[in-house]
Amino acid sequence: MSADPKTRTIMTKVLARVEGEGAMYVQVRGDQVTDVQLRIYEPPRFFEGVLRGRSAMEVPDITSRICGICPIAYQLSSCAAIEDACGLEVPEPIRLLRRLVYCGEWVESHGLHVAMLHAPDFLGYESAIAMAADHRDVVACGLDIKQAGNEIMWLVGGRDVHPINMRVGGFYRAPTRRELQPLAERLKRAREDALEAVRWAATLPIPDHELPHELVALSDPYDYAIERGRLVSSEGLDIAPAQYDEHFVEQQVPHSNPLHARTRARGSYLCGPLSRYGLGSHKLSPLARQAAAEAGLGPVCRNPFQSIVVRSVEILYAFDEALRIIDAYEQPDRPAVEVQPRAATGHGWTEAPRGMLYHRYRIDEQGTILDAKIVPPTSQNQGLIEEDLRELVGANLDLSDERLTLRCEQAIRNYDPCISCATHFLKLEIDRQ
Amino acid sequence: MTVLVLGVGNAWRGDDAAGLEVARRLGQAAPACARIRTHEGDPSGLIAAWREQQHVIVVDAVGSGAAPGTVHRLDPLREPLRSQMFSASTHHLGVAEAVELARALDRLPARLELYGIEAAGFDAGAPLTEAVERAVGQVAAELAQRLAQVGSRRRTTARRSSSEPQTTIGKSASSPSSAGPSGAV
Repeated sequence: MSADPKTRTIMTKVLARVEGEGAMYVQVRGDQVTDVQLRIYEPPRFFEGVLRGRSAMEVPDITSRICGICPIAYQLSSCAAIEDACGLEVPEPIRLLRRLVYCGEWVESHGLHVAMLHAPDFLGYESAIAMAADHRDVVACGLDIKQAGNEIMWLVGGRDVHPINMRVGGFYRAPTRRELQPLAERLKRAREDALEAVRWAATLPIPDHELPHELVALSDPYDYAIERGRLVSSEGLDIAPAQYDEHFVEQQVPHSNPLHARTRARGSYLCGPLSRYGLGSHKLSPLARQAAAEAGLGPVCRNPFQSIVVRSVEILYAFDEALRIIDAYEQPDRPAVEVQPRAATGHGWTEAPRGMLYHRYRIDEQGTILDAKIVPPTSQNQGLIEEDLRELVGANLDLSDERLTLRCEQAIRNYDPCISCATHFLKLEIDRQ
Repeated sequence: MTVLVLGVGNAWRGDDAAGLEVARRLGQAAPACARIRTHEGDPSGLIAAWREQQHVIVVDAVGSGAAPGTVHRLDPLREPLRSQMFSASTHHLGVAEAVELARALDRLPARLELYGIEAAGFDAGAPLTEAVERAVGQVAAELAQRLAQVGSRRRTTARRSSSEPQTTIGKSASSPSSAGPSGAV
């Protein structure tokens, strides 16, 4: 008669310092990890249903409400899809202005995550406020960086939360060159802060870990991809938005409300900063590439714990890019191009701070939405997060439940999950039996 | 010295509009010694808004379990705030967290007062409930009177201390960064 192997259950009721609500459950039997579940139990928000019957022109404003920290991503992915349906390509000055406001969102989102949500894990604090007592400069720098990102959002987007200046075809109002100059001065100072932030991130204690998964990100012919591109991967994928459904599939899992995504050919994959960096680091600005190299990053980074360094590099790049755009800025003749709806299906994607965000809309000849599909990056990463945790727990069974829980929470925050986008609130439960 | 009044809230969330409504009413007849601003965005932007200010009054809706319409007058410089009173989401800090963060970073104004108006409900699209509507009127009247007294004291001091024409501290049309997060009222 053999004894039952020892079973451990590790559970975190509420995962703090992520955006949204979810739970984590891990079961270990003896030395085997037998179950890992990322449980997103925040109810589905039915945006894809809400959009049916609405005008295509309302889509940026409605979808921006999906998320308070990445509204631009929803607005610009939805504009890309609607404009695709209408056969419309915005002129270069409008595209660059969109790229500028997107830089603001990257800074705002990454700045919050690096300094306030993730850094406490590396330095052993429960919260940014607790960390600020001993690391005031770090938190102050992070806050100043985030504030600079907010200012880009205000000036170009009209507001930092749910920007009001964005519309299908462009903007309601484009700033003048003169209006952008004080912002440029502000961003030059913030860029210095961002450089310091990369150097600081490089000093953090980074656990060893590697993800073997497929990296998936947009690729722009000339620049580090943000607001446009084809979708490429480390396994040779290279597709246009209209081909998304041929290569990706979403599926329901019983323990989680958002759908899991996988490639049809291979399975779970990673999107987000590590994928963007791994597939496009050579397209970063010289300043950002040099800072990355000095921080110990090679051309590809597969350690998810190093994502805090990669996000810091992306913040620096975003400031550099914002300044480049402002320097060359030509105010568009008109803030937006006219949109003529037609009966069609449109596809579009952009790189949200957390990864590729895909939208698809079928519209009729009046521009009424007939159906909608939205695939957020955090949904896409769910499967990979579970696999990564399985691997991580298996390699760290010697840790106590308390320490293992903290390590798992830190690992989940590597992905900067936006659970409200995928509807989550995280509690970690490790069930050792 | 200018008193900065910040009405904080969300216009679309029922009683969460209370702070904004106080600021709107004050703004209709703002005394010269005051700058009245609304703040609907990320509360961490409050830290930038009140930085290096001498005297700041923040007005916001709260939920502490007291009777709706109760007006809490808080002095965050003297004691920590109960974070559960102030609304927050997983996407941004609440007012209480913004205060505690500013405290840790030594970015609090020299004097900070917080008026918390106890909310009855935060229903999307709903107007202010009756008790909160009354409290908004009460707080707006109280602050208008206090600001008028401050202005009056300053004019008296200015006349006594100088024979030159008095200068009044006007309400500034915009903050140093025209893209600042707080709206002028």
